[in-house]
Amino acid sequence: MGKIANEELLKRLDENFAGKVTQTGADFGLLTVEIDPSVITEVLTFLKTDAALKFIFLTDLTAIHYPELEKPIGVIYHLHSLTTNTRIRLKVFLSLDNLHIPTASTIWDGANWMERETYDFFGVIFDGHPDLRRILNVDDMTVFPMRKEYPLEDPNRVDKKDYFFGR
Amino acid sequence: MQNHPVYIDTDPQSEYSTLNLGPTHPATHGVFQNVLQLDGERIVSGVSTIGYIHRAFEKIAEHRPFYQITPLTDRLNYCSSPINNMGWHMTVEKLLNITTPKRVDYMRIIIMELARIADHIICNGVLGVDTGAFTGFLYMMEYREEIYEIYEEICGSRLTTNIGRIGGFERNFNQIAFDKIRKFVKKFPPVLKEFEALFNRNRIFVDRTRGVAAVSAEDALSYSWSGPLLRAAGVDYDVRAMEPYSSYDEFDFEVPVGENGDVYNRFLVRNEEMWQSLRLIEQALDKIEKEPSDIFHADVPAFYLPPKEEVYNNMEALIYHFKIVMGEVETPTAEVYHSVEGANGELGFYLVNDGGRSPYRLHFRRPSFINYQMYAPMSRGMLLSDAIINMSSLNVIAGELDA
Repeated sequence: MGKIANEELLKRLDENFAGKVTQTGADFGLLTVEIDPSVITEVLTFLKTDAALKFIFLTDLTAIHYPELEKPIGVIYHLHSLTTNTRIRLKVFLSLDNLHIPTASTIWDGANWMERETYDFFGVIFDGHPDLRRILNVDDMTVFPMRKEYPLEDPNRVDKKDYFFGR
Repeated sequence: MQNHPVYIDTDPQSEYSTLNLGPTHPATHGVFQNVLQLDGERIVSGVSTIGYIHRAFEKIAEHRPFYQITPLTDRLNYCSSPINNMGWHMTVEKLLNITTPKRVDYMRIIIMELARIADHIICNGVLGVDTGAFTGFLYMMEYREEIYEIYEEICGSRLTTNIGRIGGFERNFNQIAFDKIRKFVKKFPPVLKEFEALFNRNRIFVDRTRGVAAVSAEDALSYSWSGPLLRAAGVDYDVRAMEPYSSYDEFDFEVPVGENGDVYNRFLVRNEEMWQSLRLIEQALDKIEKEPSDIFHADVPAFYLPPKEEVYNNMEALIYHFKIVMGEVETPTAEVYHSVEGANGELGFYLVNDGGRSPYRLHFRRPSFINYQMYAPMSRGMLLSDAIINMSSLNVIAGELDA
């Protein structure tokens, strides 16, 4: 089977989840869609089980922080349909006062640690996760270090300000 | 297979014993801990603890220019750093729309396949050691050394190689490097053949590994396994064949597939991959001869650091050098996911760029991290000695596990 065209994929998603799915980009041919958090489990299940799509492989699950947005934390899924060799990127944006999202570990066992890592670094709470603990950082850490407000180094240093480096 | 954790029973009357396998147990080949609950020699449950060498690469990467992230990728899977380096260069090249010359692609393939062989030598050699056969390991280790000498000739270092630059290589392969590669391609096959003869039909080895830790294709896919482990379970997913990068589509190679995903199948798949890697290197050596011999990088002065003599004597080169080092170059605002077939599986780089000097966000899809999570659930009911060889055949590299 050949690669599924992005338009076709988007059409299938639109038919099933009208209004909850918006395309946000297709950089380098990889379709990126934003999903409403209320339907994320349904979308993932649909993509995995649909006979024509079969996105059976959860490549990656991670998050990103955009402090200036209203919904600053984005959870990002990369799925891969091995039979058609098509990839898709899903994004779910969450606001800081409600960082809850249903777990994907009920759909893929492999999501377990990926979600733990995402929780560890961004504080996203995956509802229904069997064991949501920190995974790489120490257990008594109180912050979520990959968020942008946490600096890499001592912020009082004056010799390494970002504006010296064009950022 | 359920993946809910089972905590260690603290009841003093319990008949079970608790064993801390790791963090620095010699049989774990790396810094990670498993707390096992044992009934005699049988594992009742286990909890994996990882993160002992977590170095926050993703955070560091957000503060570094692209070319300074290459040394970070070295330290992911440090048994095959060149693959990580090349994966990162290709990710940035994809972002910047750089097309590399064919000769660079072939040089990359040579170096990546050598790295794959080096990684598989360690994994399969150590698997032999864990089943009690030291000979194969010692015999093969000499050839890993030869591969490291090739790296040394190409880039000057051995383990954390930092080979290549964005756009190509920092210098051309010299004649000594080519001679060493050819010598290796000639000398290694009989050794690998003998290694296979030592193990493939060895009664003790087969008894210890066959049927141990068998994994079905469904479980392997559900746990997002990739690389030799997934292929041993019978799924022919290889990034090199599915989404060819670096001109892999011009090459003739096969993707070995196992049957039931047990330790023996993984061993055979890795051995066969070494043969395929040798084939690829031979083809690449032939193809390189047809390319102009002085090309070793793409012509992208805005991203490829000019040689030092140029910087001192040529104004343009000085300007580019300054711009690259100070992060003044324009980069597109885009998101890119690029993956390469690492020695352990799909090594992915998810790069979000906002046009600045360093990535806005960089995430590594680290195969060891994802492959290892099945370890505790799959060890349940297994003998301790089987769990040890299962761990060596997963080839978990602590650097890639923790990032």
